[in-house]
Amino acid sequence: MIASLAPRAFSVFERNVFVYRRQWLMIVTGFFEPLFFLLGIGYGVGGVIGTIPYAGVDVPYAAFVAPALLASAAMNGAIFDSTFNIFYKLKYGKVYDAILSTPVGVGDLAVGELLWSNLRGVIYATAFLVVMLAFGLVHSPLALLAPVAVVFIGFSFGAAGFAITTHMRSWKDFDFLFIVLTPLFLFSATFYPVEIYPGALRWIVELSPLTRGTHLVRSLCFGDLNLFMLVDIAYLSAISFIGYRHAVRRLGVLLLK
Amino acid sequence: MGMTNSAAEPTALIRARGLTKVFGARSAVAGIDFDVRDGEFFGFLGPNGAGKTTTMRMIAGVSPRTSGTLEIFGKDPDLHGSEIRGQIGVVHQQETLDMELSVRENLLVFGRFFGMDRASIATRADELLELFQLSDRAKDQVEPLSGGMKRRLSIARSLIASPRILMLDEPTTGLDPQARHLLWDALQRLKRGGTTIVLTTHYMDEAEQLCDRLVVMDQAKIVAEGSPRQLIVEHASREVLELRFPNGTESIDVKVLEGIGDRYERLAERVIVGCENGEAAHARALEHGLDPESWLVRRSSLEDVFLRLTGRTLDE
Repeated sequence: MIASLAPRAFSVFERNVFVYRRQWLMIVTGFFEPLFFLLGIGYGVGGVIGTIPYAGVDVPYAAFVAPALLASAAMNGAIFDSTFNIFYKLKYGKVYDAILSTPVGVGDLAVGELLWSNLRGVIYATAFLVVMLAFGLVHSPLALLAPVAVVFIGFSFGAAGFAITTHMRSWKDFDFLFIVLTPLFLFSATFYPVEIYPGALRWIVELSPLTRGTHLVRSLCFGDLNLFMLVDIAYLSAISFIGYRHAVRRLGVLLLK
Repeated sequence: MGMTNSAAEPTALIRARGLTKVFGARSAVAGIDFDVRDGEFFGFLGPNGAGKTTTMRMIAGVSPRTSGTLEIFGKDPDLHGSEIRGQIGVVHQQETLDMELSVRENLLVFGRFFGMDRASIATRADELLELFQLSDRAKDQVEPLSGGMKRRLSIARSLIASPRILMLDEPTTGLDPQARHLLWDALQRLKRGGTTIVLTTHYMDEAEQLCDRLVVMDQAKIVAEGSPRQLIVEHASREVLELRFPNGTESIDVKVLEGIGDRYERLAERVIVGCENGEAAHARALEHGLDPESWLVRRSSLEDVFLRLTGRTLDE
């Protein structure tokens, strides 16, 4: 379906499929990180904590943490592709110069790359959902929608990462990325409920796109449908749109001089 | 430098009038006019920085022009870039091959960018690999290929969608003489097959060998236009006498130089004299008391045309 909607964008996606047919191992590694966190924090720390209140009931700590790890796996998949890989292609590969000499335009290019980075997020999320099922951490059939929900996370982080990457001058600038990503992962209601934060701090955390993504996935995993999920989707979509527009504009500045 | 507006002009695939590109305060292309006709081999000859690459980029629709008109297949590349690029093959000066893909995959992926179906791409890719003598390297990575092979692969890739126009930016820069001649042969074959070819070069022998018609560019402007033969007849004398003075040419009297041939150019260590008869001019030089370390007589070339028009050599 996507192929018929935007064939040129899809051809850019296909290029990445060609490249990763040989480098599939690199994708597999991204799957283990959330698994390690689940074992170490979810079950290790969870063994000490026991249960944690969620939506009025006490739930096992591992079941509380797992949806957040699924959401951050999707975030990582999308953001690493849209930063490191795209920076390489922009700066050294000259791949984009070649691509833009064909009918493919900067908009097609950005959509194709975002589709690809999103696929990585979806793969990680799906694999992790299987793990959650195996560990008995899924409390609702709605959890099966999680790999769909992470598309919103993937696009927002993919687009934001892409937009930021167009401003990077050297690999050194990537240190900045980790300074942002690590706290984002740790503090976005990943390991404890967002209500723990006092006053204003809570509202700052609520604005974190990963907090929104985690809320969306966690709600699905516990079968807790609520209107705030629409806020999550709207918020992540807005970030996707702004990031995409900015990335396209910057690609124009950088490549269509 | 205007073009003659003859009514019987063959179809122009590319048409530029007053084409201008300004970067900040610098004019990269300052109001140039040219036509590229269907089926011809057209060249932009000029030194580095003359505006050739910028002109190529504007034609390919990856650099919006500042002013003037530009039409490719009768369409504006700023408005119909994608459609136009679908019928143009571009070979960049810098290698832009995809190092993360194999030789053959480079062609397969490129075909998809042009919206071709997979079966036609596969057939065309094998044809092109054969044509450019790359079949036995099809499965190899791109990086270890020689410079000549990479350039051939770049050209093969640009031809995947059978473009009407092939554009090459300095295609033989950095190649050894043998690889260069192989490439010239391949381009001649393409031309005979009906492809319109546009190239930029700062090698006058390349322009002379390949181009049906060319424009000479210098400092963002076109300074002459015509076939290599025409340009030489119009702007250079029949023969050239070159006199070498390793200790410099500043001390030589202008009157003496004026007396040798029809015209002269004084370079740092050489005096280039345009004349009807080089031998006779040499004799006159000796009569005037010049004592060059060495001398030679040759037919005029595009290099002399450029020198005559700009007072500089192409590689300066």
